[in-house]
Amino acid sequence: MTESTYRIQGATGDWEVVIGLEVHAQITSNAKLFSGASTEFGAEPNTQVSLVDAAMPGMLPVPNQECVRQAVRTGLALNAEIHKYSRFDRKNYFYADLPQGYQISQLYHPIVGEGVIEVALDEKDPDSEVRQIGVERIHIEQDAGKLMHDQHPTMSYVDLNRSGVALMEIVSRPDMRSPVEAGAYVKKLRSILRYVGSCDGNMEQGSMRADVNVSVRKPGEEFGTRTETKNVNSVRFVQQVIEIEANRQVDVLEAGGEIVQETRLYDPDRNETRSMRSKEDAHDYRYFPDPDLLPLELTDDFIADCKASLPELPDAKRKRYESELGLTAYNAAVLTAEAETARAFEVLLKETAAKQGKADTEVATQVANWSLSIAPGVQKALEVTADHENNTPAANAAILAMVSGGSVSGGQAKEIYEIVLKTGRDAEEIADTEGLKQTSDTGAIEAEIEKILETNADKVEQYKAGKDKLFGFFVGQTMKAMKGKANPQIVNELLRKKLD
Amino acid sequence: MSVDSKTVKKIASLARIHMDDAEVEALVPELNNILGWVEQLGEVDVSGVEPMTAVIPNTLRMRDDIVDADPLTAGGVRDKVLANAPVAEHGFFGVPKVIE
Amino acid sequence: MTDITDLGIKAIRDGVREGTFSAREVAEAFNANVAGGKELNAFLVETPEHALAAADAADKARAAGEELAPMAGVPIGMKDLFCTEGVATTACSHILEGFVPTYESTVSANLWKAGAGMLGKLNMDQFAMGSSNETSAFGNVISPWRRNDGGNTDLAPGGSSGGSASAVSGRLCPAATGTDTGGSIRQPAAFVGISGIKPTYGRCSRWGVVAFASSLDQAGPMAHDVTDCAIMLQAMAGFDPKDATSLDLPVPDWESALSSDLKGKRVGIPKEYRIDGTPAEINELWDKGAEWLRDAGAEIVEISLPHTKYALPAYYIIAPAEASSNLARYDGVRYGKRELPDGAGLQDMYAATRAEGFGPEVKRRIMIGTYVLSAGFYDAYYTQAQKVRTLIARDFEQAWEQCDMILAPTAPSAAFGLGEKADDPLAMYLNDVFAVPASLAGLPAMSVPGGLDGQGLPLGLQIVGKALDEQSVLNAGLAIEQRAGFTARPDKWW
Ligand SMILES: [Mg+2]
Ligand SMILES: [Zn+2]
Repeated sequence: MTESTYRIQGATGDWEVVIGLEVHAQITSNAKLFSGASTEFGAEPNTQVSLVDAAMPGMLPVPNQECVRQAVRTGLALNAEIHKYSRFDRKNYFYADLPQGYQISQLYHPIVGEGVIEVALDEKDPDSEVRQIGVERIHIEQDAGKLMHDQHPTMSYVDLNRSGVALMEIVSRPDMRSPVEAGAYVKKLRSILRYVGSCDGNMEQGSMRADVNVSVRKPGEEFGTRTETKNVNSVRFVQQVIEIEANRQVDVLEAGGEIVQETRLYDPDRNETRSMRSKEDAHDYRYFPDPDLLPLELTDDFIADCKASLPELPDAKRKRYESELGLTAYNAAVLTAEAETARAFEVLLKETAAKQGKADTEVATQVANWSLSIAPGVQKALEVTADHENNTPAANAAILAMVSGGSVSGGQAKEIYEIVLKTGRDAEEIADTEGLKQTSDTGAIEAEIEKILETNADKVEQYKAGKDKLFGFFVGQTMKAMKGKANPQIVNELLRKKLD
Repeated sequence: MSVDSKTVKKIASLARIHMDDAEVEALVPELNNILGWVEQLGEVDVSGVEPMTAVIPNTLRMRDDIVDADPLTAGGVRDKVLANAPVAEHGFFGVPKVIE
Repeated sequence: MTDITDLGIKAIRDGVREGTFSAREVAEAFNANVAGGKELNAFLVETPEHALAAADAADKARAAGEELAPMAGVPIGMKDLFCTEGVATTACSHILEGFVPTYESTVSANLWKAGAGMLGKLNMDQFAMGSSNETSAFGNVISPWRRNDGGNTDLAPGGSSGGSASAVSGRLCPAATGTDTGGSIRQPAAFVGISGIKPTYGRCSRWGVVAFASSLDQAGPMAHDVTDCAIMLQAMAGFDPKDATSLDLPVPDWESALSSDLKGKRVGIPKEYRIDGTPAEINELWDKGAEWLRDAGAEIVEISLPHTKYALPAYYIIAPAEASSNLARYDGVRYGKRELPDGAGLQDMYAATRAEGFGPEVKRRIMIGTYVLSAGFYDAYYTQAQKVRTLIARDFEQAWEQCDMILAPTAPSAAFGLGEKADDPLAMYLNDVFAVPASLAGLPAMSVPGGLDGQGLPLGLQIVGKALDEQSVLNAGLAIEQRAGFTARPDKWW
């Protein structure tokens, strides 16, 4: 593990940035944390609000077990301590998006304690720069509603559809030292959440957003005063906030000023952060245990069931792809970064191995190369005309089998794939009817080679005299004579036999 | 511990109850009287005692993750939710404009 | 025939079943008493049509030969803390003025399901904060009782369920719902000479009941006698999946199991409840109560509840703390009052709305609650109080090794005149000194009338039982009732 060398150069020397993230991740559930209203995104205002979510008089919360389960599974995925005893506390403050006048959260006894996330800074070389970022805790809490400010000249409008949706707040240790580290942390966390299935990680829709805590210090000194920039909703913005905020703080400090511990807001249009007036005096939250809810006590069986339900996680998968399937570290890292990618890869791997009657390990590299570079290249070139429905594992496996068996060249495979995507026709049928096959007929190739060696006797002389590079010339001539349809491997073999 | 008018003002502001100076002044001795009385709790030796968490031994029951299972705690009741609102427009609650 | 409005739940229920009178006759008779009882200021909203509809349903069911529901034909009063669908519910605060719930509280729904009808919504202390019903935003409730000095001083019916107490005692309704956070069923029941029981915390759902202090609030019946309390509690109680603190237990048939034979039972007399300044008449009644229970077969034992003295101060930290948070939702955004001074922003609107909407006692408690939870004071006040609460609960646990129930006075005084204690919040709080410990421990507790004091005013005796053992509490109450021979009732002056 190496130390970060990210520094802000100030007039008084170099400054180090200290970053901690509080990530709010919407827990994947059908119903809200304490009511039966739906969590679905994008509904008409206030249509997914129960009497409980609107905090009508006399309404009471009853927790959704699935939300608890997903938080525990997430904790287990981060190798974190699961607290068998936790409590819900009330965080009291007044705001129009908070109908109860308090948020039900967990301060004193969170459901998940210390854990860790391993983050690789270089995607191409995932083992080179690795950081262990501490997770301090995960707690469950309610989301707030939404305020709309620009629909009426003198009023703000309140929509409570999100009010009471379950969130996990995943609080990191102040272990990050650069925007790159913070970005990698968010990406890795998102990847794990998606693997676990506890959050869809959709930052655009707000199902994952980060409060970014930033402070600066001279290397080796005590932590400085931090600011918290709220609700940053993309990896890029997280990184920008850190840069802007760190530079702003350095400017303030070097001008002899002091950093005020405060809540700030990021304005992506102007790419700046500014102090949040609305939160100015909200610092005394008067937390106390919610008397409407008893302590949350988890049984060993419940935790064991959560554990048993966990899928193979990205780090374990990546290592297995390397050691078991023999993939390169880079390929393994890219294939396992997102649950979706890994899932598609594994399906195609199975299909391909079955089609060719081989073991997974024998076709893994072929499938990886196809999945990571060849297939995406063809798809990208097509884009609009490609029909996703046609991109079935069976079709891909059929193409790979033809390549493997030598009846189709790499170039032909791409052409076949293109037709498959456009038309959904059968890959083998395409190869036959469109003439997209190469010949492995030794006799025919040999006849062409004879002719070429005859007409180029001088070059044969030069080659034999040591001009190795000419080998490519003979291959090229043969392929040309065969109209590109000769199996290059056989061409090579035959030429070697004749020339060497 | 006793409160002065500055503290009372601060508490009133935290509690979002507007109070004029006369009200604050009147509350200072009242609150101090009550606080002075409750402070006798400090006499009690509570070493090794856990704060009460559940009045009657009972475990937290949870609900299943089913949307709108019980109509009384279900969504889709916008009319009921907005029925008593001082200001409701276009399906929203209206509040004075907030500057964030 | 006696006046129907002299009858209680059981007599009405049985009379309707037997056809002695129709449910409609009952409803009409009580509707008339409600209409004629305005001077008591017990009812805020009258709902005669609701009572009549329930009565007609009962009569129809009887005519059809159907089995009648447990409270079919019985009209009751509903404390204004219970949300009632389509009927204004204010918790007697201006801040909820105009609020008409679109839903029915579980307890009231249970009562309607049991066949009861509603005569109207009953006045109470604002947000159930008070012991005299003088904090209501809609005027004091007046007790139907008068001192025997020939004067006509208006007396407090107790609180917070003062409207319930006054209405039952004045025969405006045969029974009413109450809620008890720190004595709000028992103390008013004692003040007006009726019975009332607060069940074990969790027996009655809190769903749809305007919250005061969540860890203490419990609903219960207020009625003429112990049997009526048993019948009505049975109808109110029951597991509710919408309340996470609701007890998932079947409701016992308390009425059928009523028995005043206390053989083999031990009754504890807590020595710490002998408090200086308690009127001699109250201590004498307490002794008499012990005698009655001994007569019923019980063994009387002296017990100790050493932390009794600290119950009230602990309560006045915990209840306001919870209330300060529970009442944060009254902000003028979604329901109730909104005050919007010119140019006011959102936070100004909150402050103005709450300043206008809450009464002085509610503000006082929100202020105390906010203070004790605020940064730097939380542990010294709130955590300490919750630890003391543990000790108080432990006191009871230890007492149960020596006894099966506890006998004590309900309140340290008889009803006082309206205004007599209104200037001294602390003196008012002290009126709940005997009631609060059972609330803090979540235990079932009941008040039954024991006799009259020298001024001719009722005094109550309190029985506290083990958690879930409402039956023993009711049985002891019945034993006292049978021996006390309490038949006094206020003369109708209104
Ligand atoms: Mg935060
Ligand atoms: Zn949070």
